[in-house]
Amino acid sequence: MYSLPGMCGIIHVGKSEKIKTIKEAISHANERDTVLVHGGYYKEGNIFISKKIVLKGIDLPTLDGENKYQIISVKANGVVIDGFKIVHSGTSSLEDIAGIKLYDVRDAVVQNNVLDDTFFGIYTQRGINCLIQNNVLTSARKQEQASGNGIHCWKSDSMRIINNTIKGHRDGIYFEFVTNSVIWRNVSTSNLRYGLHFMFSNSDSYISNIFRYNGAGVSVMFSHHVKMFNNYFEENWGDGAYGILLKEIADSYIDGNHFIKNTSAIYMEGVSRTIMVKNVFRNNGWALKIQASCMETELHNNVFLGNTFDVGTNGSLVLNNFDGNYWDKYEGYDLNKNGIGDLPYRPVSMYSMIVERNPPAMILFHSFMTSLLDKTEKVLPTLTPENLADTKPLMKLPFHL
Amino acid sequence: MISATNISKQFGKLKALDNISVTYPAGECIALIGPNGSGKTTFIKSILGMVVPDSGKILFKGKDIAHDCHYRSDIGYMPQIGRYPENMTIGQVLEMMKDIRNHRGSLDDDLVNDFNFKSLLNKRMRTLSGGTRQKVSAALAFMFNPEVLILDEPTAGLDPVASEILKQKIVKEKEKGKLILITSHVLSELDDIVTQVMYMQDGKMIFYKPFDLLQFETGENKLSKAIATIMQQNQFSDIL
Amino acid sequence: MKKIIKYIITDILRNKIILSYTAFLLAISFTIFSLEDNSTKGLLSLLNIVLIIVPLISIIFSTIYIYNSAEFIELLVSQPLQRKKIWLGLFTGLAGSFTIAFLIGAGIPIILFEATAVGFMILAVGILLSIIFVAIAMLAAVKIRDKAKGIGVTILLWLYFSLLFDGIVLFLLFQFSDYPIEKPMIGVSMLNPIDIGRILILLKMDVSALMGYTGAVFKDFFGTTAGMITSFLVLAMWMICPLLISLRKFDRKDL
Repeated sequence: MYSLPGMCGIIHVGKSEKIKTIKEAISHANERDTVLVHGGYYKEGNIFISKKIVLKGIDLPTLDGENKYQIISVKANGVVIDGFKIVHSGTSSLEDIAGIKLYDVRDAVVQNNVLDDTFFGIYTQRGINCLIQNNVLTSARKQEQASGNGIHCWKSDSMRIINNTIKGHRDGIYFEFVTNSVIWRNVSTSNLRYGLHFMFSNSDSYISNIFRYNGAGVSVMFSHHVKMFNNYFEENWGDGAYGILLKEIADSYIDGNHFIKNTSAIYMEGVSRTIMVKNVFRNNGWALKIQASCMETELHNNVFLGNTFDVGTNGSLVLNNFDGNYWDKYEGYDLNKNGIGDLPYRPVSMYSMIVERNPPAMILFHSFMTSLLDKTEKVLPTLTPENLADTKPLMKLPFHL
Repeated sequence: MISATNISKQFGKLKALDNISVTYPAGECIALIGPNGSGKTTFIKSILGMVVPDSGKILFKGKDIAHDCHYRSDIGYMPQIGRYPENMTIGQVLEMMKDIRNHRGSLDDDLVNDFNFKSLLNKRMRTLSGGTRQKVSAALAFMFNPEVLILDEPTAGLDPVASEILKQKIVKEKEKGKLILITSHVLSELDDIVTQVMYMQDGKMIFYKPFDLLQFETGENKLSKAIATIMQQNQFSDIL
Repeated sequence: MKKIIKYIITDILRNKIILSYTAFLLAISFTIFSLEDNSTKGLLSLLNIVLIIVPLISIIFSTIYIYNSAEFIELLVSQPLQRKKIWLGLFTGLAGSFTIAFLIGAGIPIILFEATAVGFMILAVGILLSIIFVAIAMLAAVKIRDKAKGIGVTILLWLYFSLLFDGIVLFLLFQFSDYPIEKPMIGVSMLNPIDIGRILILLKMDVSALMGYTGAVFKDFFGTTAGMITSFLVLAMWMICPLLISLRKFDRKDL
């Protein structure tokens, strides 16, 4: 049991090796041993790891779950799984079958793996301080029910999810009750539901990720002290699709993110004490949809370019601060040349209010009549909330794009 | 040459042409006379196919003119008011008409020369006076040597000199045996030319007879007088 | 007929109005593209011109031209020419002139500054709307004898297509907001060529906003190849129908 450091053994597995199967190798292995699996095709059903070992693939050996099994189950701390191609896990509506599942472990490392056609991809429950990096996860299942999440973390802490590429799952990355963790430099695209699904998870950061073409964008809900920096949210299209859906979020930072070509870049509901700065909103349908339940949200130095509607809202909210942003639709002037427009900018257009109430009215957008309505509204505001305004609109971009 | 049978045309409540039947042989010069709104122009336009009659038939050289346009290459028409594309010069208009008519035979440039268009060829149509436009219309009507000439108020708006030139031209063409159909208010001008008189009133043809017969019947030499006599007789008969 | 077209086009092109129209389009398009640092705003302004100015100028100028050419048309009719050819010649002449004017006035700036899908869609819609409103003008002019009344009617028609129709649609949208009216709306929009054109451009320009549930219904129709073809066919009908009706009318018209 207590093998000394430096004394750990290496066990080779492969067609031309003495040991042909991974299961056999693991049964021979001691704690801290390394099981080196050579390239080849392994159909061994469920591989169960209950010892602290390093399981390393050479030349990307394939582990096939034959559409029946969970391929790797880990129930020991400090296990490393590195360099496998893991394909065809089973599917179940009762159990969360995964390509690699970590049960109540800490310090595990899952890296450099390729997962293809798994139900769930990499799954942790009650994990602590695990590192999941450089994996490529692809699923091509068409229905949400038949599809699990790419990287799924439940009740975990201090997780690091780094540089993974996730495609075609139900949710790309799923966080529920996960704290003090970081999601960094991942690319999550074309997932059926959310690129990132994030609930009841406090004090996490996600930085420099790309979320693109996801069915419903990214959803961040019921969490506080979340930091979202430099992420890209692109081309998330549909009625329920948002660059980010923010619901019941408090004390969070949204900084330097890019929102491009989303139906709605950010939808906010019940967001409070959140600071949004230096974000770029470009060519979205709606840049911001702010529900009246949001308060003390600070928006500064954000850039709004080419959005169909800058801000949409369902009420006459005044509890948020919109001062000091750059709006390409601003038509005011700056007589004292201090870089700040002398007239306030009202980002909520009359027609966005009409469309909010009656979505099919979108079919009349850009017509002569709607332009007239918008112009009249600018002179005599009746429908749009009068106090929702940027009183210090920037005349120039606050930073280079 | 031209024969109309039972031509009727109604504009709303107004009967513009009421069952008119008439035959115009070649070589005649027919004066189409009648008060304003009697249907003269409508009748001319029916012959030209510009007005489609409600009933009746018009034959041109024995052929029904309905749904045909080629017979019009044998007609020269001078409208009451001639208006042309405003930005074109006289020269261009003349060229255009030659181009459109695609005329094979020789062109008749008499009026072009007599009206002295040479110096006006570069004038744009919109700068022209009404009289000059009339001259253009007249020149165009005669240009293609048509067998039939239909002249609607030809001398209205022309100065006496031009009027005289046109009259001489009409006489000349008549002598060539062409059929000439003229409407005019200024009856005195027609005395020397006219061989037949067709009188219309309220869309009806009141009479159509040789001018000499008319002169004989009324004992008047001048067309205007003869017509006046007829009109008086008519009123007289109305009272009776 | 070629000759008639030739003479009408030369006549119209010499007309100061069509020349100033071309110059106006050219000036405004260049201004739009060189002043706006962001091309979306430029396209938006150009869109307004295409949807408002182009139909207005086309319909009014064509109507006036036809009325002013009444005697010229009479002259042509008295010549050995088929009426159908005269009328089609007039149509082709007017439509051709407006197409050329728009191609020069808006096409050159678009190709220089905004050779994108949106730009080309605006160009296509502009040309189609020019032709459609020439056809509508010809129908109005052939139906109404009185010039003043005819011009009045065409202004009303323009007002109807560019403003009143959309007002009615908005009213209907709110009246029937409890019902799924997205699909009937597509049918309704087909009744107005300006709306069809606008939606086709909208789909290229505001595609993100249109991807919402409702928009997706529109996108599913207009965005697909079949929908595009249908829309362009309907636009073609908007050209052909008024033209054919006016042609029949003109063939029997008393001049």
